[in-house]
Amino acid sequence: MARLSVPKTYKLFIGGKFPRSESGYTYEVTTPKGAFLANASKASRKDARDAVVSARAAFLPFAGLSAYNRGQILYRIAEVLEGRADQFVEEIRQSEGVSSSAALTQVNSAIDTWVWCAGFADKYAQIAGNGNPVSGPYFNLSTPDPTGVVVALAPQGAAGESLLGLSAVLAPIMTSGNTVVVLAHHTQPLSALSFAEVLATSDVPSGVVNILAGDPTAVMPWMASHADVNALDLAGGMELDWVQWQQMAAETLKRVQPPVKGVPVSSLERITAFVETKTVWHTKALG
Amino acid sequence: MTFLDYAPALESTSILNLKPSYGLFIGGEFVDGSGSAFATISPATEATITQVASATEGDVDRAVRSARTAYDKTWSKMSGSERGKYLFRIARLIQERSRELAVAETLDNGKPIRETRDVDIPLVAAWFFYYAGWADKLEYAGLGPKPRSLGVAAQIIPWNFPLLMLAWKIAPALAAGNTVVLKPAETTPLTALLFAEICQQAQLPPGVVNIITGAGATGAALVAHPGINKVAFTGSTPVGRTIAQTLAGTETKVTLELGGKGANIIFEDAAIDQAIEGIVSGIFFNQGHVCCAGSRLLVQENIHDDVVARLQKRLSTLRMGDPLDKNTDIGAVNSRAQLERITEITDSGEVEGATRWTSSCAIPEKGFWFAPTVFTDVHTSHRIARDEIFGPVLSVLTFRTPEEAIAKANNTPYGLSAGIWTEKASRMLAVADKLRAGVIWANTFNKFDPASPFGGYQESGYGREGGRHGLAGYLMPSDWKAGAK
Amino acid sequence: MSPRANILATTDRSHSVLGSGATEKALTTFLNGIPGVDTVGAEARAAGFASRSIKTTSKAWGLDMVMQMIDLTTLEGADTAGKVRTLAKKAIMPDGRDPGAPSVAAVCVYGDMVAITREALGSWHISKRRDGVAVAAVATAFPSGRASLEVKILDTQYAVSEGADEIDMVIDRGAFLSGSWGIVYDQIVAIKEACTRADGSSAHLKVILETGELATLDNVRRASWLAILAGADFIKTSTGKVQPAATLPVTVTMLEVIRDWYALTGEKIGMKPAGGIKTSKDALRYLVAVAETVGEEWLSPDLFRFGASSLLNDVVMQRQKMRTGHYSGPNYVSVD
Repeated sequence: MARLSVPKTYKLFIGGKFPRSESGYTYEVTTPKGAFLANASKASRKDARDAVVSARAAFLPFAGLSAYNRGQILYRIAEVLEGRADQFVEEIRQSEGVSSSAALTQVNSAIDTWVWCAGFADKYAQIAGNGNPVSGPYFNLSTPDPTGVVVALAPQGAAGESLLGLSAVLAPIMTSGNTVVVLAHHTQPLSALSFAEVLATSDVPSGVVNILAGDPTAVMPWMASHADVNALDLAGGMELDWVQWQQMAAETLKRVQPPVKGVPVSSLERITAFVETKTVWHTKALG
Repeated sequence: MTFLDYAPALESTSILNLKPSYGLFIGGEFVDGSGSAFATISPATEATITQVASATEGDVDRAVRSARTAYDKTWSKMSGSERGKYLFRIARLIQERSRELAVAETLDNGKPIRETRDVDIPLVAAWFFYYAGWADKLEYAGLGPKPRSLGVAAQIIPWNFPLLMLAWKIAPALAAGNTVVLKPAETTPLTALLFAEICQQAQLPPGVVNIITGAGATGAALVAHPGINKVAFTGSTPVGRTIAQTLAGTETKVTLELGGKGANIIFEDAAIDQAIEGIVSGIFFNQGHVCCAGSRLLVQENIHDDVVARLQKRLSTLRMGDPLDKNTDIGAVNSRAQLERITEITDSGEVEGATRWTSSCAIPEKGFWFAPTVFTDVHTSHRIARDEIFGPVLSVLTFRTPEEAIAKANNTPYGLSAGIWTEKASRMLAVADKLRAGVIWANTFNKFDPASPFGGYQESGYGREGGRHGLAGYLMPSDWKAGAK
Repeated sequence: MSPRANILATTDRSHSVLGSGATEKALTTFLNGIPGVDTVGAEARAAGFASRSIKTTSKAWGLDMVMQMIDLTTLEGADTAGKVRTLAKKAIMPDGRDPGAPSVAAVCVYGDMVAITREALGSWHISKRRDGVAVAAVATAFPSGRASLEVKILDTQYAVSEGADEIDMVIDRGAFLSGSWGIVYDQIVAIKEACTRADGSSAHLKVILETGELATLDNVRRASWLAILAGADFIKTSTGKVQPAATLPVTVTMLEVIRDWYALTGEKIGMKPAGGIKTSKDALRYLVAVAETVGEEWLSPDLFRFGASSLLNDVVMQRQKMRTGHYSGPNYVSVD
């Protein structure tokens, strides 16, 4: 007689904890063929509002960590994810309806994305920043400063993106010290919600990453117009009403990254898209 | 008993699992050396720690060939992200074995366990973590879109920060795609040999790192070997000179990190208590065995007496003794030869007319020890103001104006480091502008970080280690063909 | 009174440094001329003290000394006679399992608890035996210090007349932060005066700087000099009611002033860190800082105190471990 399994309940990840939606709502998550997988918590605008509060509280301490420290945290995420690869392969196989080997490729790419960004945390400032040779007796230095709280929309493609897309969006944003509220893949959210467990056990301070599941179009307008959100990453918005969101974001002059096809590629530009350049002057005189 | 006579707080050596003898690490394995083995001893007790192989010219040749094979067949074909993962593994292993490495380093080098535990070994791990992240990002190094590795790097390191100097050499070399043959100093081979074990635990492809132990002759053979593309040397200026001469006219790239006679400049408005600490850490940290030591104190004349009095009072709580005691501040001098060198130059200070003050530390019977010493009434022409002593000996000179401080600080063929102590930022920045030194510390001293480039002007050598700049010594721009030798 | 022209009350100490008839401006110029503190360096020095390893005989001696240096404190609105009496008994005999353990330096309470405390100490009061326990009272509208000078003086006189041996006053931080250093100074002089008794003796004055509100080490440095010039017997970090309370870098900064004052005048001022020192390990670090900054003469309850409450039980448990060889637990020390 086959052993009876213990199915998992999939909840949101906000402020380092795993609450259900304050609305009490859930939604059915199925395989591409329609078989039932789970009832995932369905994030409301109030959940998103709470997530922004958590992300804001976590921002200054996270940005205040040394870059080395942040790099260590991102590398730890890679280590923990590597150790749990099998779980994610199985979840992706079921959620996306792909083969095990395709799922494994996606998991490995996700891990490598975290490693790539981990290794850039204490370096990108050496490329994006520099001394400036101004005329006059002045010291002048430009350095990148994280922009603050970023709301991100993970890629929503049919296959190959539920974990990798999330990682490709999260890691560059976190590298410089920003905190994030990310809206997971709408119909394939399980990897993202399980990934929250990886974050919770990887020395990531509470509130640095907040993961919401559900229909992004319900929540995004509230995030796009939210005055305490500094930037939007609309990576997964290609098929959705992203132009309207960008217009709403213009009200508070948010920095907006437009959608990309598929999964964004790791690059310096993905990191510097979410930093501000600060330039400091100081007089120089011997007397 | 007074409270300040702290009870012994010894770090145990039981964590060590040393072999009675070590061979050479070539091609991923320990192999016998062809020369006669020699002992490495503890400078605090003169007791033998273990026996170490001596590499002959033939052994050097074997090591270089092993590095070449690994480069041609494996390492140069590997992606940057895979090279990076090996370096991340090594960094993690160093973190995991950090206490063991700290104890081994203290035992072999003589420096206090508090330094190896809190400074040396954490920096070693950090160095590997830092360069691991560069391996797949070389297009951002500022050397063109596709910079290329050089091939086989010959690396010779000194005894003052054995494992840290190894990290400074191996981490960037491997990140850039080179393979290495490294020779540790003959008095401090132990942690390099433990590092070889770590390479095995990381499953680093055989031959990527080769460690050959031996003395000066081994080093000379390595530098002269026709099969290398690069020499990286840290050590004394005279040896650096010889290397530069040997390699003149060849295609072998050279970087040198040599001696120094760093000036630590204290202005009248300095935060005085922190400046005193800065003087102490500038010259007495690591028993003064630091190329970038603040060995010349340039103090503004109007605060000279106050500074000297405060310094002498501060030195009275420095503890010299068993390096394995967690309360020891000043450990043993690394070797009898070094002790003799320090003694000879220091004695010249008195002969030339400077005033000598030595702190009253009890000197243990066995081992090599030199109590912290301060010379006042020092003039710029004195040997103790010009020659590198490489020991816990501070020479105090004065200046009247910022211009004079700069002139005296720059008046040396060296140019490695300098310190500036003032609360006035505009002055600090203007003085830093004019000091001819590769590393300038303001309101701090002897701070190292893998993200921060380190290296000297003039006879302190050329090339930088650390930071993005540290990659330049191990890469050539895109259009250069890696030397086939 | 016009703040800047104000002639300060002269003390022996201020006279030696500023001369007589010194104004607030002279005091301000003097304090601003003292060398600054580099906070990064100061924190590194404190971390160096914290990395000392105090073991075996050093630890045993240190624990006993810490115990003798504690001002066992209760400063709650809910304090009652019963609470204070229990604390007094604990001060006399901290470890019921070891009657040989030393008693603490003092019990620290609000002024209206002084008489009860003194009575509860009985023959163990410092007036009856040299190794006895003193009564310290907070005064001057503790902890905020926001009241008129008249009220603060009355607060002090009341506590002294009730029998307090020591007064822990707070400085006016609002006046300090707005630059009215003459007011801060004059208040301390007035409170010191209020500590004198009819028989000519004087209660011992500790001046609380409330370093958490002063925010910078430069301010801590200047406030320490100011308090000493105005007549403090002890300078103290905090009320314990504001975070951060005592820290090692702040304490070292204050000890350095005491060291420099001693070099200048030969006079020894005491120091008391208060609030936030919960473990024996922390307390031993403070002893290291004292010994290596001002010297071992200051390792005495006459010159160094800990303002603490839960620290005492941790010291008792550590002493128990050293005696029995095994870790102790909360059920083996008394709850007060």
